[in-house]
Amino acid sequence: MNAHTRDWEAFVTQKEDGKAHMELAVDGITCAACIFEIERELLKEQGISHARVNMSSQRLSVDWDEAAYNPSRLVDLMEALGYKVYPFDPAQVKARGDRIGHELLRSLAISGFAAMNIMLLSISVWSGNSSDIDMETRAFFHWLSALIALPTVVYAGRPFYRSALKAIKTGRLNMDVPISIGVLLATGLSVVQTVQHARHAYFDSAVMLLFFLLAGRYLDHMMRRKTRSFAENIATLKAESAAKILPDGSTQEVPLSKLEAGDKVLVRAGERVSVDGVVLEGQSEIDQSLVTGETRLQPVSVGDNVFAGTLNGPGTLTLGVTASAKGTLLDEVNRLLETALEGRSSYVQIADRASQLYAPVVHLAALITFLGWVFLMGADWQYGLVIAISVLIITCPCALGLAIPVVQVVASGLFFRSRILLNAGDAVERLANVKTIVFDKTGTVTLPQATLGDAGGLSEADLALAGRLALSSRHPLSQALSKATAQTQPIGGASEVVGKGVQGQWDGEEIRLGSPSFCGIPQGAVEQRQKEQPGSSLLAFRRGADVWALLAIGQYLRQDAVETMAALRARGYNLELLSGDTAEAVGDVAAALGIERWQAAVKPQDKIAHIEHLKAQGHAVMMVGDGLNDAPALAAANVSMSPVSAVHVSQAAADAMFLGDELMPVVEALDIAGKAHRLMQENLGLSVIYNVIAVPIAVLGYVTPLVAALAMSGSSIIVVLNAVRLQFMVKQANKESV
Amino acid sequence: MEVLLYLIPAALILGGSGLIAFLWSMKNGQYDDLEGAKWRILDDGDLPDDHARTAGPDAK
Repeated sequence: MNAHTRDWEAFVTQKEDGKAHMELAVDGITCAACIFEIERELLKEQGISHARVNMSSQRLSVDWDEAAYNPSRLVDLMEALGYKVYPFDPAQVKARGDRIGHELLRSLAISGFAAMNIMLLSISVWSGNSSDIDMETRAFFHWLSALIALPTVVYAGRPFYRSALKAIKTGRLNMDVPISIGVLLATGLSVVQTVQHARHAYFDSAVMLLFFLLAGRYLDHMMRRKTRSFAENIATLKAESAAKILPDGSTQEVPLSKLEAGDKVLVRAGERVSVDGVVLEGQSEIDQSLVTGETRLQPVSVGDNVFAGTLNGPGTLTLGVTASAKGTLLDEVNRLLETALEGRSSYVQIADRASQLYAPVVHLAALITFLGWVFLMGADWQYGLVIAISVLIITCPCALGLAIPVVQVVASGLFFRSRILLNAGDAVERLANVKTIVFDKTGTVTLPQATLGDAGGLSEADLALAGRLALSSRHPLSQALSKATAQTQPIGGASEVVGKGVQGQWDGEEIRLGSPSFCGIPQGAVEQRQKEQPGSSLLAFRRGADVWALLAIGQYLRQDAVETMAALRARGYNLELLSGDTAEAVGDVAAALGIERWQAAVKPQDKIAHIEHLKAQGHAVMMVGDGLNDAPALAAANVSMSPVSAVHVSQAAADAMFLGDELMPVVEALDIAGKAHRLMQENLGLSVIYNVIAVPIAVLGYVTPLVAALAMSGSSIIVVLNAVRLQFMVKQANKESV
Repeated sequence: MEVLLYLIPAALILGGSGLIAFLWSMKNGQYDDLEGAKWRILDDGDLPDDHARTAGPDAK
């Protein structure tokens, strides 16, 4: 962080009062003391006027006087305190405040206030109607209710009217259309009845409907927001920035949004490449496993293409940033991705399917009721209209409007607890229908980073020594070793011989770490070892004359991969493995996992073709993958998941993301989704039963506001309680499986 | 029945003031960080230093 300066300009926004403002993601906030410590230390600094940690979102917001403070001190200070901070790129965090959430909460508060007060008046009228209320008092109460209800319906109903208008304009029907019609008609009818001093008014029904539905909407919104801000933090913690080389030769750390095609970027040894570009200077070896799925290191030199997401090896590279070079892998992936995403939008959510069926039926029923009363029963048209509208109110989509969203809220809470983040709200329904699961190999069923597999008989002390020596090297294999042995103290005086390894002195003996020939290991032993460990790279270690070993390092299976596959098979899913890696490597992994159908050396377009082929056979396909080469397949599959280590493009294409080093979340996601889907169907069934009972009563003209209020809140509560059952179902299942 | 003339405005004013208090607290940012708030009550940083020390459970 000290070798070059960060371009703070890009992360800082100006506030209205002239103060500079920055939002940072903070890694490592775990307890209350962290908040106080960070805030106290920052406020002690000259020039900082505001520092506040948000514990829920794990973010820090700081204001300072630009003349009096240099923000790079802030990062150093935080690092000294033991926290890693990463500034948010303002271009990527779209809106700082939560405007939609605030509007929903305000509407909810207002409709809640109105519902309670109108109910107070309504209950007096209902009890008065059955005893001795006089007409003046009733009219007075109705007028008061109207006074409260009218502004509420106008204000608190806006989210629904807006969405309904948008749907109608595009020629569709969604749940908000019948909701809006129901609320507006109920209010309109009640105003007319109030004017005419009628016995009944439906203000309470209209406002209560709004209150229930807004509560559902707000919970849904908050759950999504929590997931999204978490995902934004992860993106920022990955430090998506690049070291831009300025014309004067100095480097500056800038966010990716500030880079343009043609800029020069420096990538040091061992760093992750964050842009797509062409090598202008230097040579190195690149780990492309995130991009092509191949685990072998690829040598690159001047003129070669390098992709974002790959890991640079031992050399330093200068890259020229390319926008989207024709004919490169990235260009190909983007093109495939576009077509695949178009195909996906054809999925219609279960709630929309229900409302497309529901709205015409209900509106037709109301019309028939009106015509029936006027022409068959000979009632006057006004009386017929009142009954027809009461049909609309009682069938008002309260239960139906809540049936799906409440299940989604409960489900995404459970997903969150299982360390799964949902990108798409309707992913739950699509997950529930999956029959075939296609896995990528590298980084998905295997760990995303190389780890130490087998120490080759090296003693614990020597292994630790090798790990300490590895700290002096930038080579990916050495870095994997030092991480695996958890060493932090480098060995003094160790020097790196570029392209060969590191050497140093320990207790008067020479120690070496690097290629087998560098450490003087006989060729026969190397060949033997490579045969034993076919999927690994070998790193040699020698101490003095006698102690030596070949350490196997590679991207091994996630710890619970075998278990996960067994669990999936037990649940009856078809499993397949598709990888860009060599047939040998893929075959070994498939055998270890017990997957019979696998393909190796698959290109992105072949992955899509295979998935389309499976879909054409009538399978609902889930794709689990992380690489750039998986992105189109992720978008083409019916539903998809990515590990958190995946490249940006893949994460955006996937419906859900799972955190951590385990693969089990895939099973959990399918389990939760299956149960949630069943509850959604149950809830839809419950709302249908409710309507089957309620509609005839309304058609016959027996619906009073009291009946409407009881039926509506009763059905809503039943649907919500049924959704909450999901938590217990999942808990129960977890207990049984333990 | 005249009592209604007092009771109904009283009910509306009470409810309305609750609503206004809620809207104010929301605008004031009190719902932005629900996790942090429960920890902040434990912070003694707003007290003068010596007071904080003697008031703490591990006072010497």
